[in-house]
Amino acid sequence: MADGGDAAQEKAASEKPPLVRFEAVTKRFGTVAAIEALSLDIAQGEFFALLGPSGCGKTTLLRMLAGFETPTEGRILLDGEDIGAVQPHERPVNMMFQSYALFPHLTVEGNISFGLRQENATRAEISERVAEMLALVRLQGFGERRIGQLSGGQRQRVALARSLIKRPRVLLLDEPLAALDKKLRAETQFELMELQRRLATTFVIVTHDQEEAMIVADRIAVMNHGRVMQVAPPPEIYERPNSRWVADFIGEATIVEGRISASGTMDSALGQLRVANTGGARSGDTVWLALRPEKIGVSSERLAGELNTVPGTVSEIGYRGDISIYKVRLADRSLMKVALANVGARGRALFKADDLVWVSWPPDAGVVLYS
Amino acid sequence: MSTQANRRNWGARLVVLLPYLWLVIFFLVPFVIVLKISLSQTALALPPYVPVFDLAAGWAGLMEFTTQLSVDSFRLLSSDAIYLFSYFKSLQIAAISTILLLAIGYPIAYGMARAPRAWQPLLVMAVVLPFWTSFLIRIYAWINILQRDGLLNDVLMRLHVIDTPAAWLSSDTAIYIGVVYSYLPFMVLPLYAALERMDESLLEAAADLGCPRWKTFWLVTLPLSLPGVAAGALLCFIPIVGEFVIPDLLGGSETMMIGQTLWTEFFSNRDWPVASAIAVSLLVLLLLPILFYERFQQRALEGGQ
Amino acid sequence: MRRGASSFNIISVVLGLAFLYLPITILVIYSFNASRLVTIWGGWSLAWYRELLHDDAVLQAAWISLRVAVLSASAATILGTFAAVALTRMGRFRGRLLFSGMVYAPLVIPEVITGLSLLLLFVALNMDRGFWTIVIAHTTLTMCFVAVIVQSRLISFDRSLEEAAMDLGCPPVKTFLTITLRLIAPAIAAGWMLAFSLSLDDLVIASFTTGPGATTLPIRIYSEVRMGVKPEINAVCTVMIAIVAVGTVAASLIAKSGTTKREHAALGAQV
Repeated sequence: MADGGDAAQEKAASEKPPLVRFEAVTKRFGTVAAIEALSLDIAQGEFFALLGPSGCGKTTLLRMLAGFETPTEGRILLDGEDIGAVQPHERPVNMMFQSYALFPHLTVEGNISFGLRQENATRAEISERVAEMLALVRLQGFGERRIGQLSGGQRQRVALARSLIKRPRVLLLDEPLAALDKKLRAETQFELMELQRRLATTFVIVTHDQEEAMIVADRIAVMNHGRVMQVAPPPEIYERPNSRWVADFIGEATIVEGRISASGTMDSALGQLRVANTGGARSGDTVWLALRPEKIGVSSERLAGELNTVPGTVSEIGYRGDISIYKVRLADRSLMKVALANVGARGRALFKADDLVWVSWPPDAGVVLYS
Repeated sequence: MSTQANRRNWGARLVVLLPYLWLVIFFLVPFVIVLKISLSQTALALPPYVPVFDLAAGWAGLMEFTTQLSVDSFRLLSSDAIYLFSYFKSLQIAAISTILLLAIGYPIAYGMARAPRAWQPLLVMAVVLPFWTSFLIRIYAWINILQRDGLLNDVLMRLHVIDTPAAWLSSDTAIYIGVVYSYLPFMVLPLYAALERMDESLLEAAADLGCPRWKTFWLVTLPLSLPGVAAGALLCFIPIVGEFVIPDLLGGSETMMIGQTLWTEFFSNRDWPVASAIAVSLLVLLLLPILFYERFQQRALEGGQ
Repeated sequence: MRRGASSFNIISVVLGLAFLYLPITILVIYSFNASRLVTIWGGWSLAWYRELLHDDAVLQAAWISLRVAVLSASAATILGTFAAVALTRMGRFRGRLLFSGMVYAPLVIPEVITGLSLLLLFVALNMDRGFWTIVIAHTTLTMCFVAVIVQSRLISFDRSLEEAAMDLGCPPVKTFLTITLRLIAPAIAAGWMLAFSLSLDDLVIASFTTGPGATTLPIRIYSEVRMGVKPEINAVCTVMIAIVAVGTVAASLIAKSGTTKREHAALGAQV
């Protein structure tokens, strides 16, 4: 089990005990293991993201925390106590469902106050807290509306208010923004972040959208096939992925295989490359260099200096508006992706297809990976 | 916490046991009794059969009981032509009716499935509503129309299609009309459910690949609707075999469907063993279709879970 | 399946509906026919309805049928709903195969068989046949219809609503009663209505399981009808059709509109 970000996690653990701890949790459905011996800590007050491709087990993990699934092996601790035997309706954990799951026979007020009514709160308390929630999600005056009369965005906010009214220890969000269009999604992401900061409640979000995870989360757990590949804050996940899989899953990357020849250099099909941060690698070790497109430069002439330079031909150009992505075919027939911001270009690409160019990057631009 | 779980367990058990016990007592046990009676002999007694099972008689009584059982009733059924003819007639009428129902019901169900979405619940209600009104009334309504001095003859004579009133009633034709009329909802609704569920994009894909409308229907729609066809056909065929009211009111005295035979043996001849034997043999006859139908329901149940 | 109906489709549906409603319409019209003969129109008249009001036998039979229908429909709804819940939510319990077989069988097994078997049971148990045996028989038959309707609604029910309720603190049993049952209530009501009309309408099973003093309306009508068409019967039938029609329309109206008011009342009552 790869567990990058050890340092960050240990730091968090030493500062205060985690709010949620998964201890070697395994979940099997029949013979298929959805989660495999997974250990994870979630700290109090953080916005935590579970990110991964479909089928990686992130939703199963979330549902185990909510209590809708029980671990086949291992324990789940909340505030240091094993909650495995605690029923969902008794856990101080609330969930916002992907389909919102709003009760069609109740009004907005009825839905939001549902959790409080289960606690036998007084009428005064209920109306006060409902008003508070409506203000929080900016739906004042919507109390008497029927669910069928609301738009998708409004329904999402009702679902959010409903899940927050009981001031849970952890709020679980199951792909909450999946049904919204792009613009609304972007706005809501920032709203969620602001909300989380204001309430200081621990949020755990499940998403397959990496951009979303990077924007909202304090820490991300990248999952694949029921295992955690890396747990770290977004900048670390992006700049220092711990494996080729993570480097490839998050954002774009060109992976170059090679062998460490001496400290600071690696031999590859592209020639001898200067690399920084080889860490504990010894001469002869096979490593991979991951390069992000925005860290590579393209020029018509070979640049001098400490840079690694490789010749190639422009194969394709993808114009995205803010950037242009150049695919450059190198000597070993591989393609290197380079992203250039279209500053001052005014619609004209700097290079055309079949142009002979030089790609270059400084030694510390890439990440050396050992797996 | 454990008391809550306990309470939940008992609640769950009650939910299962109550209907289970009811059905065992009032559905299963009666069938066993029917089997037993079918193996008894008529008697001029109350109840009109021997042997009577008497628990108080003990083990000896049980032995005596089993020796008195006989398969006379079944022998009668298999030898007397009346009964064999009755079985055959019932199967024939049921088979032809089912085909008629399919022929009439499919276009209706298809038309309903293609109707604008907003109309569909209304159409379903319209098809079901006659079903809510009394079955007896509806058959009786046909008597009104089909009798010698009834409406159909009146209209046909006015249109000069026939000169003298024809005997529509008391015939196989009348039975077919009555059966199709009564069982139409049972055929239309499963068909409609299967057709309505069909993915429209499959039809569009076929068209895109060059299939004309009729061919799309034949190659795509029809095969995909077969589960609905089977469900509707079984739902109609099995009960029609044992129909009583329709042949009794609309049929002639030469037609005796097996349901009528059972009724006559029981009520007119007071021959309970033979009536029971008819019931048992009818069940055996229908066993395969019934099992098919149960299989369908099981699969539907599994599919939903 | 909604690429627009062809003229063939429209014609088939119209013809089909006409076929279904024509006999009933004719029946209703002729109940107002002053003349006894179907072929002669004697003018509009309520004579047969007046005779109906004086026909004690028919009125008593109607009263018995009504009571039997209400009782058996209510019992059947409870049992049928239980059965549906057992089949959809209780997983694979022991004897499930037999149970589901017993639940679905009465739907297809000819009524003469079920009627005969129930009568033989009552005889074996030495039970006096009459009102209550008919109620038991009807309950047994109609609970299966209720089970099928409720079960199909339960299968398509969105379970995330139950999970949401439990997540917000509602215990599982309370969730089932206040959320699930509440939301499938229309299906349960439909089951009750179906059981009611099946009972009201049943001839064969009632004939087998009836006793002295428990003549139901269908039995009464049947004995009259065997001797030919009688205008009073037309009147009885029209009244029954009217009741069913009014009932169905009223039920669907209630289902559509009454909710808002009821919701508010319910919310207020919950606190």
